[in-house]
Amino acid sequence: MEILVCARRVPDTSENEIALNAAGNDIERDELVYSINEADNYAVEEALQIRDRVGGNVTVVTVGSEEDEEILRRELAMGANQAALLSDEAFSGSDGKGLATILKDFVKKGRYDLILTGVQADDGAAQVGGMLAAMLDYPFASLVCSITVEGGKLRVGREIEGGNHEINEIDLPCVLSIQTGINEPRYVGMRGIRQVASVPIPTLGVSELGVDTATVGEVAARVKRVDYFVPAASRGAQMLSGTREENADRVLELVAARGGLK
Amino acid sequence: MVGIHLSAQVASWLVTSRNLYLAIHVLGIASFLYIVSRRLVPLVRAQCDPRFDRPVARLGRVWKYWLGQWKHPRYKFAGTLHILIFAGFILLALRAFSFLIVGVSPNFVMPGLSGEMGHVYDLATDYAATIVFLCMVIAVLRRLVFKPARYAVPARFGKSRTADAVFLLGLIAVLMVADSVYAASHAAKFAQQSQAVESLAYLSLPWVLQVAFRSMSLATLGGLIAGAYLAHEITFYFLLCYRPFGIQFHVETSLFSIYFAKLDRGTIKPVRWGVADENLDQVKSFGVKTFEDFTWKHILDFYSCADCGRCADNCPAYAVGRPLAPRFITTKARDYAFHHYPVLGKANNSKALIGTIYSEDEIWSCTTCGACEEECPLLVEYIDKIVDLRRGMIDDGNVPQSLQKPLKALESRGNPYGKMEKKRADWTKPVASQLNGNVPVLDGKNAADTLYFVDSITSYDDRMQSIGRATARILTQIGTNFGILGAAEKDSGHDVLRFGEETLFMALRDHNTEAIKESGVEKIVTADPHAFNALKHDYKNVPPVEHISQVLAREVKAGNIQFNRIDDSDKVYVYHDPCYLGRHNQVYEDPRHVLDAIPGLKRVEMQRSRDRSFCCGGGGLMLFYEPKEDQRMGVVRVKMAAEAGANVIVTACPFCMVNIEDAIKVAGMEGKMSVIDLTELADQQMIRDVCPRELETATAGG
Repeated sequence: MEILVCARRVPDTSENEIALNAAGNDIERDELVYSINEADNYAVEEALQIRDRVGGNVTVVTVGSEEDEEILRRELAMGANQAALLSDEAFSGSDGKGLATILKDFVKKGRYDLILTGVQADDGAAQVGGMLAAMLDYPFASLVCSITVEGGKLRVGREIEGGNHEINEIDLPCVLSIQTGINEPRYVGMRGIRQVASVPIPTLGVSELGVDTATVGEVAARVKRVDYFVPAASRGAQMLSGTREENADRVLELVAARGGLK
Repeated sequence: MVGIHLSAQVASWLVTSRNLYLAIHVLGIASFLYIVSRRLVPLVRAQCDPRFDRPVARLGRVWKYWLGQWKHPRYKFAGTLHILIFAGFILLALRAFSFLIVGVSPNFVMPGLSGEMGHVYDLATDYAATIVFLCMVIAVLRRLVFKPARYAVPARFGKSRTADAVFLLGLIAVLMVADSVYAASHAAKFAQQSQAVESLAYLSLPWVLQVAFRSMSLATLGGLIAGAYLAHEITFYFLLCYRPFGIQFHVETSLFSIYFAKLDRGTIKPVRWGVADENLDQVKSFGVKTFEDFTWKHILDFYSCADCGRCADNCPAYAVGRPLAPRFITTKARDYAFHHYPVLGKANNSKALIGTIYSEDEIWSCTTCGACEEECPLLVEYIDKIVDLRRGMIDDGNVPQSLQKPLKALESRGNPYGKMEKKRADWTKPVASQLNGNVPVLDGKNAADTLYFVDSITSYDDRMQSIGRATARILTQIGTNFGILGAAEKDSGHDVLRFGEETLFMALRDHNTEAIKESGVEKIVTADPHAFNALKHDYKNVPPVEHISQVLAREVKAGNIQFNRIDDSDKVYVYHDPCYLGRHNQVYEDPRHVLDAIPGLKRVEMQRSRDRSFCCGGGGLMLFYEPKEDQRMGVVRVKMAAEAGANVIVTACPFCMVNIEDAIKVAGMEGKMSVIDLTELADQQMIRDVCPRELETATAGG
């Protein structure tokens, strides 16, 4: 099975202190450390596991700049067969639809049976997967938490509200957005990355992909971020001080007083 | 004994049996050599391990741990028993050897053992055989009736080995009885024939038997002599050839295991011996994945283990129900070796060890506290094997999710918490005003002769920062010209190395080594035993390093530090030895010396202290690992402190502090037990010559 995973490099929320910049329209990006978007990493792991079960290849692709190559390198170290960096001046400032357009043009250059994305990027809006599927006219399933291959179809499990799961059958080729927790991604250390240091990663731009520049980049973006702020801490928290037993009793009282216990 | 001086009558009988004996000798020795040669096959296929250096130190080890049985009395009863058996075997070795030769060459007398000397030796060995026999009876009773808990094998680790142990003990007893019957029937026969005879040792087994045999006919005695000889010979060779199949192989291998034992405490073996760091990228596979990835010495360890259970008995992981016991790391590997390298038939292809004989959780469960190695009478190594197995798992990407985040953060930020580098020195801010200015950051603008290496947990953890501030105040008080690396310091990598992430460790080590060199300091002080051990043993070419407890002890002895009296008479202190200060670096007395210098401080000892200290739960990455366990090590430790009658635990390690502080809460002992770091206590009690009031406020604030 030929599998494509769309990944993205994001500021690692666990290793950064996110603060607003002076203009208040973005976060302070100096001294940030980046890593692959967590859900995308699960998608790559899932692709590798499917490949190891049924054979085929895993390609990882990202839209970005030279700096974003590091996540592709990491995913190659994880075991992906190849990677591609989609990078062009014209791509910068793309909104979700623009990104989906770039990826669609990349997909059309190859032949993929299965396209995976992470359920959403840490700084994203969970929209690229769905748009990509629509542009390709492929079926789409979101929030996927299990995949089994059955002939030319897949059975995918989806998590739905309340922690329940449903199983769907979906035709190939298709696009799936992968939920974190679907697997346990393998560890990649510095040694693994060094071992793939010399693997070439092609950079593809407008001309290689045949992208219509009117459909991508800032010019085509119809969703623009206009503000960025940290919500003010709300009031109403009440701190209890007392022994554990006293606090427990007090909590019961408070909850009951507000109609939480019948 | 009389056996060696044979009379003509007996000799004639022996001559006719000589061919039989000779055949048994040849068969026995040939079988033994063949079996041993087969047992050596995996050692030959294993990884190299240069253990042929420092012969004097190694012979010293043999003298102390093999001949001197140094570790055995740590378990008084079993140890005494073993020393008696060992001494008996050593004494009886010559006798057994002569005994075997006599079957073929009846007039043989071991050189040096003729005449009076021989008689003394015979008397001694009569007693030795008796003592060994009695020890066997006691040992069998222990195994079958008293059943010490440490011999038990929980089902998840395999089958009970009691039957094998009892069988082997029984064989030795048979050997002793056969020897004694032979000697006794000889003496009885000579007595009946009124020949001059050397007396048997009074009240020894041969002596008792001789009394019993006194009225037997000469024919019966002749039969007994032949029977005893044959029984002895067959048992001897059977034992010799059977031992390489079980726990008694140590009789042969222990001498080698101890001679080749690891000499350098606190260190971790390199990924591959003989491969320089810069060439490691060319090594295809890291660590131990298959049996043959172990070094030959580690496989020798597997053979040598006597399954005495002392390691597991002292293992904190085993004590709290984690799926690990050092003993079974060894016995499972030995079973694997015997199964895959059979004495008859072809050696099998090697399979992955993780998922077959070992589980991932088993290997991650080890805190590398070193209690097992400290206890093992045969100096079997465990930490290097665990680290090698972890290296293998890391290399395969097989790492628990809970550890991946801190590892990633160590890679990108130099600390496991993913905190910003520039905030690494933030802990100094609250003390800056009392330290005649600041804790200088040695960034090229400032210079000092001593570096305080803080390490990640003390730099970033709110609670542990207090240890950093106490340390800085102590260093200031004693007039040390010191500074810190600040943002240029990264995690020492101590536990990154011990969790098997070699490449990341090397990056951290190289970064810090460079930063330390650039700072131009002449010595290093740290309050974190893990950093202390890393800088001392894992780093090369850095200035000498001391733990703060060593500095404190020296200054106390020199009279440069004096302490205020502790007036609270209800407080009873107990010192908890951190593994990487105590066992791995033998710093036991310095912290105690400091505590005892505080007037009015009441101190007790836990039963498990010094080299038997019980790990708090482990440091470094172990704080992030989510083990499968019945209870926390820290809780067990806190209860030990309570049992000792203490209500304040003093430790000298930030990781011990985390674990013990949590454990006090988990055990519901808040208010009844508290924990304080040695530096915090010293800082709190220190008599200061400058602005005492201001500093007191600072201490309370810190």
